[in-house]
Amino acid sequence: MGAFFDQYLPTWLAYTLAGLIHVGLIINLVAVGALIFIWLERKISGRIQDRLGPTRVGGKFGWLQTLADGMKLLTKEDLMPEGADGFLFRIAPYVSFGASITAFIAIPFAGGDYPWIAQRVNTGVFFVIAVLGLEVFGVILAGYSSASKWSLFGAMREAAQVVSYEVPLGMCAVVPVLLAGSMDLVVIGDQQAGWFTNWFIFNDPATFITFWVYFTCATASVNRAPFDLAEAESELVAGFHTEYSGLRWSFFFMAEYGSMFSVSILASILFLGGWHGPIPIASLLHVDGTYFGNLLGCLNVLFKGTLGVAIMMWVRWTLPRLRIDQVMATCLKYCTPIAAVMFLGAALWQYALPGRNFFGLSRAPAAVYNVSEGWSAGANAAIEKSAPVETVNAESPTPVAVVLTQSNRGG
Amino acid sequence: MATVDDPRTIEFDVRTDEMLVNMGPQHPSTHGVLRLVLRTDGEVVSEITPHIGYLHRCAEKIGENLTPRQWIPYTDRMDYLAAMNMNLGWALTVEKLLKYGPPEKGRHLRVIISELGRIASHLVGMGAYGLDLGTFSPFLYAFREREKILDLFEEACGARLTYSYLTVGGATADLPPGWLQKCEAFLDELEPIVDEYHALLTTNAIFIKRTAGIGVMPQEMAIDFGTSGPVLRGSGVDHDLRRDGEETYTAMYDGYAFEVIVQKNGHYPKDHDYPAVPTEAVLGDCWHRFYVRMLELVQSIDLVRQAIDRYSRSEGSYGEPMKLNQKLPKGEVYLETEAPRGQMGFYIVSNGEAIPWRVRARSSSFCNLSVAPELCRSCLIADVPAIVGSLDIVMGEIDR
Repeated sequence: MGAFFDQYLPTWLAYTLAGLIHVGLIINLVAVGALIFIWLERKISGRIQDRLGPTRVGGKFGWLQTLADGMKLLTKEDLMPEGADGFLFRIAPYVSFGASITAFIAIPFAGGDYPWIAQRVNTGVFFVIAVLGLEVFGVILAGYSSASKWSLFGAMREAAQVVSYEVPLGMCAVVPVLLAGSMDLVVIGDQQAGWFTNWFIFNDPATFITFWVYFTCATASVNRAPFDLAEAESELVAGFHTEYSGLRWSFFFMAEYGSMFSVSILASILFLGGWHGPIPIASLLHVDGTYFGNLLGCLNVLFKGTLGVAIMMWVRWTLPRLRIDQVMATCLKYCTPIAAVMFLGAALWQYALPGRNFFGLSRAPAAVYNVSEGWSAGANAAIEKSAPVETVNAESPTPVAVVLTQSNRGG
Repeated sequence: MATVDDPRTIEFDVRTDEMLVNMGPQHPSTHGVLRLVLRTDGEVVSEITPHIGYLHRCAEKIGENLTPRQWIPYTDRMDYLAAMNMNLGWALTVEKLLKYGPPEKGRHLRVIISELGRIASHLVGMGAYGLDLGTFSPFLYAFREREKILDLFEEACGARLTYSYLTVGGATADLPPGWLQKCEAFLDELEPIVDEYHALLTTNAIFIKRTAGIGVMPQEMAIDFGTSGPVLRGSGVDHDLRRDGEETYTAMYDGYAFEVIVQKNGHYPKDHDYPAVPTEAVLGDCWHRFYVRMLELVQSIDLVRQAIDRYSRSEGSYGEPMKLNQKLPKGEVYLETEAPRGQMGFYIVSNGEAIPWRVRARSSSFCNLSVAPELCRSCLIADVPAIVGSLDIVMGEIDR
């Protein structure tokens, strides 16, 4: 987008403008997403528990309930316990929220030659996981600065848990990277173009298992039940946010939903084809790569992400909570070894049956990058200005290994 | 606060400071206003000390200023989750003193009502235990069914929580017409739903992980601490006052067929319909205490069915409540009944007036809670709600 504005405006202004638009879109995605998810969680938990959930606010289905909640939180008295470390106490929710939003910078919502992504990072997978890991700092700060023993317990649990779960989470994320031959999320997503059989989850048995391990670890690393030990309400009152109220508390809440969304989207891009739906409607209609095709892709990503979040909610309202030692055992005794073995399995599959997936079909058609039409003439021109995409089609285990010489192309 | 008394040992034993944490009296999982002081080293709890008395309302002293029938509403407020059974315990104690009881029909009515009360109480116990372990949904399922029992109670006596329905000499009113059919319909509805509870909790892998082998209470300990009810039977002690109690109480269950829910030779009675005991579970742990409650739920359904049958076949009056200011005979009586949480005892000393001279209550939850410090030695913080929850205490009954 920066390149597009660069046509008409001075460079510094063009990129500032593009940056602001990206930031606005991302913040609104997380905020509106949280709005929808909180409503969704209330409805889902209501239905699971034989209740109706919100029904009144906003006319039907209580769809404005979250907004009403937000208003309530906004007008609540902002409490800080005596003896709390004021600065850290105030800054902690924003650290969490900031980390949760920042991850979206590198998450593409549509691929192809003109991916919808705020800032294409050629180590996107690594970036997203690393930034999500930062969220734990906000929680630790909150627990440390609250001057409450329960908060401290919550923070220590969170620290132990999240740091441990980063290990298997990273291992699981490496498997698609191995298949795609790139850490760029756009490339990983576009490798799965075509029918759903091309999705990495169906690439081989190892990736299929890896997906579930990834999902478990993702649930744990964003602190959702049955791994929600940091806020275990029956043990630690409310864990790390015991002393928080009003808007600050809601920032923790939004951070939680933001990270749930981002790990789900990450799962969809890594394993479930990202913006490629189960049926390649966009390419059947010959609109892939166009604005409309990208819109379809974006809807695909959002739908898959929402589905992941909904599954997390379903799990949350069904299962009891694990104990801290059991959570750690799940991570270190099960998830980590399984992830390691699956990594090996995926690598062996690649070695034994290069380019073949579980259904015996060849994966990832090379046509992915032969997109003829851009969404505007300006963008086309901008792309031509930037360095060309170099496609290496060597006899490597991965049939199409795309090496991007310049990854900073604006989307 | 340093834990090591001798500073010389510090060199060899690097330990962090212990921390005293107040769990309660305002805490989501202490079942009311119980306060537990935890001595913790990180996540490990080395000692818990229960502090009680936050709900003390001098109920016993009030009982020494009221006639027995006037005091019945106060018994409601003891175990407020099983108020019917509290009414029954007191009514039977006074009847023992007066040496008269309700006629046949009133007896069966009492079985219907008190066993329904047991079902309601165990439903709450089950749901709240789920909450203690961090799952919310079973709680609402339990309350959905409990609501229906409360509806039935409301129809019978007008109240939903504090009934004052069973009274000395019978009940305050007969069951309204059509009530029995509604009750039977409810039981038919409840019985298959119990399987849902088993699926959600009893057989859930995480539930088993959280409860099996946790808070193991051996038989001797259970007896030594005076525990009773499902807590005692969960430890494998074959004792149920409905069968082993005093004549005044067991007469109520004359002719009823039921087996005491206790594990014998590795099996619970009639447990073949229900999930098998997981291999991790040890007799006397939280899982067994929970499971005994779940089986008693089914047992009570059966008992209510039997009672409905007998009630509808019996003729005559359901009983004649004693006069409000009837003089009590001189003497003292003590009677224990099998309330949902264990043996609930009432003690009366009368000097021949209408108002008893002394009234005391023996609370089952009080004794059951007294085991908690013993069970919570060197467990994890998360186990404390699991253990205390499995004892299923009600503070109203402990503090009175």
